[in-house]
Amino acid sequence: MEQFFQQLTNGLAIGGIYALIALGYTLVYGVLKLINFAHGDLFTIGAFLGLSLLTAFSLTDKLGFVLGVSALLLMVVCLVGLVGILLDQAAYKPLRSSHRLSAVVSALGMSIVFSNAIMLIFGASPEVYPHGILPSQVLHIMGLPFPVKRLLLLVTSLVLMVALYTFIQKTTIGAAIRAAAIDQDAARLMGINVNRVIMLIFFIGPALGGAAGVMVGLYYGQIKWTMGWLYGLKAFTAAILGGIGNIPGAMVGGLLLGVIESLCSAYISMAWKDAITFVVLILILIVRPTGLLGERVAEKI
Amino acid sequence: MLLDIKNLHVKYGNVEALHGIDIQVEEGEIVTLLGANGAGKTTTLNAISGLVKASKGEVLFRGEALHKLPAHKVVTRKITQSPEGRRVFGTLTVLENLNLGAFTSKNKERVAKSLEWIYELFPRLAERRGQLAGTLSGGEQQMLAIGRALMSNPKLLLLDEPSLGLAPVLVTQIFRTVRQINQAGVTVMLVEQNARMALKLAHRGYVMEVGKIVMADSAKALLKNPDVLQAYLGGAE
Ligand SMILES: Nc1ncnc2c1ncn2[C@@H]1O[C@H](COP(=O)(O)OP(=O)(O)OP(=O)(O)O)[C@@H](O)[C@H]1O
Ligand SMILES: [Mg+2]
Repeated sequence: MEQFFQQLTNGLAIGGIYALIALGYTLVYGVLKLINFAHGDLFTIGAFLGLSLLTAFSLTDKLGFVLGVSALLLMVVCLVGLVGILLDQAAYKPLRSSHRLSAVVSALGMSIVFSNAIMLIFGASPEVYPHGILPSQVLHIMGLPFPVKRLLLLVTSLVLMVALYTFIQKTTIGAAIRAAAIDQDAARLMGINVNRVIMLIFFIGPALGGAAGVMVGLYYGQIKWTMGWLYGLKAFTAAILGGIGNIPGAMVGGLLLGVIESLCSAYISMAWKDAITFVVLILILIVRPTGLLGERVAEKI
Repeated sequence: MLLDIKNLHVKYGNVEALHGIDIQVEEGEIVTLLGANGAGKTTTLNAISGLVKASKGEVLFRGEALHKLPAHKVVTRKITQSPEGRRVFGTLTVLENLNLGAFTSKNKERVAKSLEWIYELFPRLAERRGQLAGTLSGGEQQMLAIGRALMSNPKLLLLDEPSLGLAPVLVTQIFRTVRQINQAGVTVMLVEQNARMALKLAHRGYVMEVGKIVMADSAKALLKNPDVLQAYLGGAE
């Protein structure tokens, strides 16, 4: 029971990270029908920027834990969001009217550019976030241990997800984003500047990915220039699992994949932890290519 | 003059779809644009709305060059379009669709008034405001497309085949509503396959053939014109 609970909460915590990254894939896909293969590297950039800013400004020393980490997240979110906008302007926008495959190739190219740039700037060996930033206490819920930092990780990703969902569902700009995802020309006829919507999407998606990068750094400690590849792939699987283009789908898909992975590695084999993602990906593509919540993919966001 | 289209050319890739057309619309009119499939009617409306670019010629709205504006800016000049095939946002509610029609309108009171008026014109939309647009019937979707285009108080309303695929009763109803909209002061440019009904409603008409205007006259005259009768009205009534 205790092991199950541990694995479940652990799975939810890591699943929250997958969900945040998956949202970036799904938002961009929703509006542009493009898989932004460089998205995993934006996550890595977030992790490294987070470490640099944290140490450069000694944020948590000066501001305390809560304020310091919030400030750090805010800075990284803005910076990675800007990188996202630049990425789109440089690599995707010029190809908007070309064949879709051109943008995919450009995305793969940008992924290589980003990951190599990170390696050149920060080095090829792993970096480590300072220890002891997150509280190390352990809560006991009905006698079952629950580390506070795991709770914080889960709560932070849930808060970000709820904020995004509310923005998309309840605001006029959110409705404009949904409209542009359904029919760009019809959206233009409403007076919506679709280029602005795309810019916004390329800010929000990477921003969430960047936040996830910082959270992984703080939670697990170690970061590496190649980390975006595996996280990106898992988040991409989560997005497909939930139905790509579908925002609640990415959230559910992420959490679910985290739990599946965690339970399988505990009860089947640790060595198979990462392979499980591929199994899930292949199974969905065979059994339900539209994902759990996806129906007509193009119409959903 | 409200709208003045001069020598408008539009190309899709290397293929020219409009070979220099001229259309004038006066304030308060209903002008209909008739023509067979592929004649270039939708292209003309889209050139006015800014969805396609003029390769040559100009589109002037009260003297301002519309053809230099991106589509989302054209809306702010009070020109809206209810596009061919309705193109409502299926996974958004009726009310969300309508509100997007007022996306560029900052005056909340004005928007509330428009909404009230649209609900008067189409009571069905009021009943279904919370329903997803994709679940509406074809006729209701057409009402929504027109209503959405009215939300920002347009001066000029472009209607592309509003009767497409609708039962005759509904067509009559839609046409009656178009007259009401016009009587409320909205100038209307109406593209139609249903030439007889369109000419009965409109003040003037243009007939297009493969990217050119081949006839322009009062609606009454066009209704009696033997060539029009032959080609678009299926002979004498
Ligand atoms: N997006 C496009 N790309 C290439 N060619 C196009 C495009 N849209 C229209 N055309 C071509 O331009 C010409 C005019 O098309 P348009 O849609 O304006 O005609 P229409 O009069 O509205 O026809 P319909 O009554 O069938 O709606 C046609 O030959 C059509 O094939
Ligand atoms: Mg047409």
